[in-house]
Amino acid sequence: MNLAVELAGLWLKNPVLTASGTFGYGVEFAPYGDLTELGGIVVKGLSWEPRAGNPMPRIAETPCGMLNAIGLQNIGARRFVEEKLPLLPWAEVPVIANLYACDVEDFARLAEYLAGQEGVAALEVNISCPNVQAGGVLFGQDPAQAARVTRAVKDRAGTKPVIVKLSPNVTDITAVAKAAADGGADILALINTLSGMAVDVRTRKPRLANVIGGLSGPAIKPVGLRCVLQVSRAVDLPIIGLGGIASAEDVLEYILVGAWAVQVGTANFLRPDTAFRITADLPQLLDELGVSSWEEFRGALRG
Amino acid sequence: MPEDTLLAAPAASSPVCRELTVSELRRTGSESGLASPSGAGPDHSHWLLDLELSEGFPGEDGWTPGQFVMLRPVSWAFEPLWARPFSICMLERGVLRIFFQVVGRGTRAMSALRRGDRVVVWGPLGRGFVVEPETSTLLLAGGIGLAPFIGYARRHPRPDKARLFFGHRPEIAEYPLDLLPEAVVVEASRQTCAEELACFVGDLERRIAEYAARQGLILACGPHPFLQAVQSLALKHRARTQLSLENRMACGVGACLGCVTETTNQGLPVKVCTQGPVFWAQDVNLGGAA
Repeated sequence: MNLAVELAGLWLKNPVLTASGTFGYGVEFAPYGDLTELGGIVVKGLSWEPRAGNPMPRIAETPCGMLNAIGLQNIGARRFVEEKLPLLPWAEVPVIANLYACDVEDFARLAEYLAGQEGVAALEVNISCPNVQAGGVLFGQDPAQAARVTRAVKDRAGTKPVIVKLSPNVTDITAVAKAAADGGADILALINTLSGMAVDVRTRKPRLANVIGGLSGPAIKPVGLRCVLQVSRAVDLPIIGLGGIASAEDVLEYILVGAWAVQVGTANFLRPDTAFRITADLPQLLDELGVSSWEEFRGALRG
Repeated sequence: MPEDTLLAAPAASSPVCRELTVSELRRTGSESGLASPSGAGPDHSHWLLDLELSEGFPGEDGWTPGQFVMLRPVSWAFEPLWARPFSICMLERGVLRIFFQVVGRGTRAMSALRRGDRVVVWGPLGRGFVVEPETSTLLLAGGIGLAPFIGYARRHPRPDKARLFFGHRPEIAEYPLDLLPEAVVVEASRQTCAEELACFVGDLERRIAEYAARQGLILACGPHPFLQAVQSLALKHRARTQLSLENRMACGVGACLGCVTETTNQGLPVKVCTQGPVFWAQDVNLGGAA
């Protein structure tokens, strides 16, 4: 079957994207597969100025998952555009810029700059990072703030689709999803990491210098599926699902609960060719399951 | 700091990801020379793991000593989650050899591998040590930090120019020193108490001062406190010194940003996996007393 999917003007040759923060600036993974085979590449979260991130240690292994408190270390939007974007095959695979700022005006300025770059296909607004003190998940936990940020980005994004990435660290994710939709979001992405911590009884210390970090990996897939199901029932926007996706089967689970596309995150760390392998495995699995179109399959479990 | 100012030595070839087959796993220093029937080695045991190269994996000329690989047995599924980084001990005649010590659940599980098991391997990764054939080169290894120097010495065009000073706590028989070329002079020093450790640090300083005085090259690999001591002495004596760092990593390819270390010029933290693991001693801040 034709794997292509269109989300609010964002055309993907297949529904497998890579998740921000787990695929570097894309070029790091070029030795392990053909980037143009992917549905899309979401690059490491970008702020206006470079950021050094949090102190070490800032990653910890947990059962079937990992905690991170990287704190959005990145080279800044300008250096990304000058040094990394030209190395990506953006004419053949959509490159999506994930952006982060501490206040609404900075979000808008960043959005205008990145949306103005020819090689950027869409913007993903990070209102859900749990590892930064200012902004971060706070925007994503308050529906009114989420709507404000979304509107500010949408107003400056021109014709480029705006994806709003939601946090699971809320009582009702559908309230924030509706607010983002009211703010003008074209696409929703969910979920970002779950807030968590890990403890070392021998040192009697937290395993992360930041104490609290974001949990990702196969351990969180059930939460991601639940959130996508809830939001797909509540909001009429295309959804990109993420959380614990490590196989073609996982991709189809997310599509059954209402996702249009997915992002592969922590599994890129388990082996660097994961996203390429998932993309390659999809056609055979769809064939085995007798699926002939995304429309018949998508959201079948939504009820 | 621009990424290319820290280059220790350029990578010899592009990394690849392949599933390799275990051809042999041997416990060093043990009488049987075989893995125990249960497969579980006692804590801190040392092992030599041989993986048969498959098509497309870089061979003898495709790596630089000091580079590393990420290993993840296929049987792990999602537990443990991460692959583990290991220095390349040897990569020759169709075999990738890893020398490792059991330190946690990942390496303990690796000590249970059997012939024929499949292991996902990606590499060669990172930037290795410089090689200056005509320069007197001092190799400073602490414990399992010996691993990259076996490959370094075997690949060195003038092994007679290299000298290994090796500090260790377990018995010397645990370490495969027989894999080193005969031309390399080896001095080993065992530390089992604080007095012996203090004596070792004194010996370390004398050697570092000696190589600094004659413009020699010093390369070091070992536990973090060992590297801190070497760095501190190297800076004191202005010795040309490279350090191989062993930080915790999830991906090994520069994506997770979990292995970063501080530089001395206050730029963004640098990635040990891709901008290291080998750095010039004056470029990184290891937090030791300078």
